[in-house]
Amino acid sequence: MSAPAPAPRGTALGPRIAHAWLPVLVSLAGFLGAWQAIVLAGDYPPFILPGPASVVARFVRAWADGTIAPHLATTLVEILLGFAVGGVVALLVGVLLARSRLAERLLSPYLVAAQATPVLALAPLIALWFGSGLLSKVIICALIVFFPVAVATMVGVRSVDPRLVEMARSFRATRWQLISKLEVPAALPAILGGMRVGVTLAVIGAIVGEWAGAERGLGVLINLARGSLFDIPLMFAALLTIALLGIVLYLVIVLIERRLVGVR
Amino acid sequence: MSAAPGATTRAALNAAGVRPAAGAGIRISDLHLSFRGPSGSLEVLDGVDLEVAPREVVALIGPNGCGKSTLLRLAAGLLRPDRGEVTIDGQRVEGPDPRLALVFQEPRLLPWRTAEGNVRFPMELAGWPAERQAARAADLLGLVGLREFAATRPVHLSGGMRQRLAIARALALEPSVLLLDEPFSALDALTRERFNVELLRLWERTGTTIILVTHSIAEAVFVADRVAVLSPRPGHVVATVPVELSRPRSLAQLDSAAVSRAATAIRAQLADTTDDQVALREAAAVGLRPGATAARIRETAAEAGTAAWFDPFGREGD
Repeated sequence: MSAPAPAPRGTALGPRIAHAWLPVLVSLAGFLGAWQAIVLAGDYPPFILPGPASVVARFVRAWADGTIAPHLATTLVEILLGFAVGGVVALLVGVLLARSRLAERLLSPYLVAAQATPVLALAPLIALWFGSGLLSKVIICALIVFFPVAVATMVGVRSVDPRLVEMARSFRATRWQLISKLEVPAALPAILGGMRVGVTLAVIGAIVGEWAGAERGLGVLINLARGSLFDIPLMFAALLTIALLGIVLYLVIVLIERRLVGVR
Repeated sequence: MSAAPGATTRAALNAAGVRPAAGAGIRISDLHLSFRGPSGSLEVLDGVDLEVAPREVVALIGPNGCGKSTLLRLAAGLLRPDRGEVTIDGQRVEGPDPRLALVFQEPRLLPWRTAEGNVRFPMELAGWPAERQAARAADLLGLVGLREFAATRPVHLSGGMRQRLAIARALALEPSVLLLDEPFSALDALTRERFNVELLRLWERTGTTIILVTHSIAEAVFVADRVAVLSPRPGHVVATVPVELSRPRSLAQLDSAAVSRAATAIRAQLADTTDDQVALREAAAVGLRPGATAARIRETAAEAGTAAWFDPFGREGD
């Protein structure tokens, strides 16, 4: 029970963690305080702007009674599949665009046009074509993830030091080896930067896709809470879940980035 | 290139299985190359001829922009000549060739790989099995004194260590000809002298043929058996100056008469090169007035018994 000799690392680690997280906690407290102050100052009823305490209470209750979990699971699957499909295709197209000026000239007008068209406007069409199931959400997520990752890959591969390419060629690198062992690893920081943007966009894509027609998902839950249930604290609890989901996914990419890229 | 005494290092190397590769002879004949740009074509090389014997060390020296680096790239098969050919032991170089390895002016390491990962890069490209890669990488890192730094990334290595690593990588596939493109020009003068000594020690152990491009007459004379002097663009070999210096060489020999004879002869060949920074700098060091440089140095060279300006293709001065 007694710990007379705490590990020296533990004693150093404790304050270090506190030091790193203290500003985060302070800013969170500030945010919640401001939220509560607005509610009190404006004297808003809970169906317009519930206070943080009631949202957190509703959030806890919705998790405890299993309201949120199945919706979250559906949305998460849509995001992960869409991100994977969009990311892989974007990686391939990005490399192609970087290596071939012709491909860039042929494809980029369509890519930019597709990106400039709001996904909100495309979602009903995609739902019409591909139904209200998983497929249409995966397509919407993939579409929205595609552009930032493809552009980041193209820029990253293009900015690979040509002297390194010459070095690899002097060792008889094949075309595929140039891509897999030099260009993509060299472009990895840029690609992961694009993925950071892409993963947060994928969350938006999934929610928008669900609004265009779905049986389950956090987007559906928001509509339910606002409409038939008229449970605005639940709507906020769903929004809170989406925000947390975005943060977690973003952090996952950051962790992968630290692992793969590390110190260069 | 470790600081360990020669005997133990050599024993360790033999135990580790770094054996001399057979150096190959390389022959460059009548090499022509022009670069075509929007403003017309630029003749870079105009009939370069050079023959290097197996295990010979030849230095290439010439004014800035005379095409020395281009010549190395042609020899390495990275560029194709308009005319002429490069052969190794009689076989023509058609593209990047495993018998040749190129060391660049900058180390050109992959920053995301460790020292070991960088040395293994050519072996991975060549499709070697993992165990063979690991064994060869350990040998090579030992050879250049970087064994303790196997897991270190290039950012954490000094400039000299990075260039050693680049040399180790070039030796990975046991090339029989090593082409070095001003490999030590980014190093300070003292480090550079030490690296010249270490390059020769490495050469004795690995037995490769070496072509070294350099801007430094001292470096050329110290390292090479012969020094080939290139003309200003379009480049061709103006003369090759033999260095009568015994091997193994030490820095003490830099003060010998043979070295100054060779250096004088090289300067004489360089003196006629118009935009030549090297000749002017070296001439100033000998104490000649810049205006009289060319004529005076040519006289000196004639005295030293070396051919003065000579154009192998008899072109008129235009």
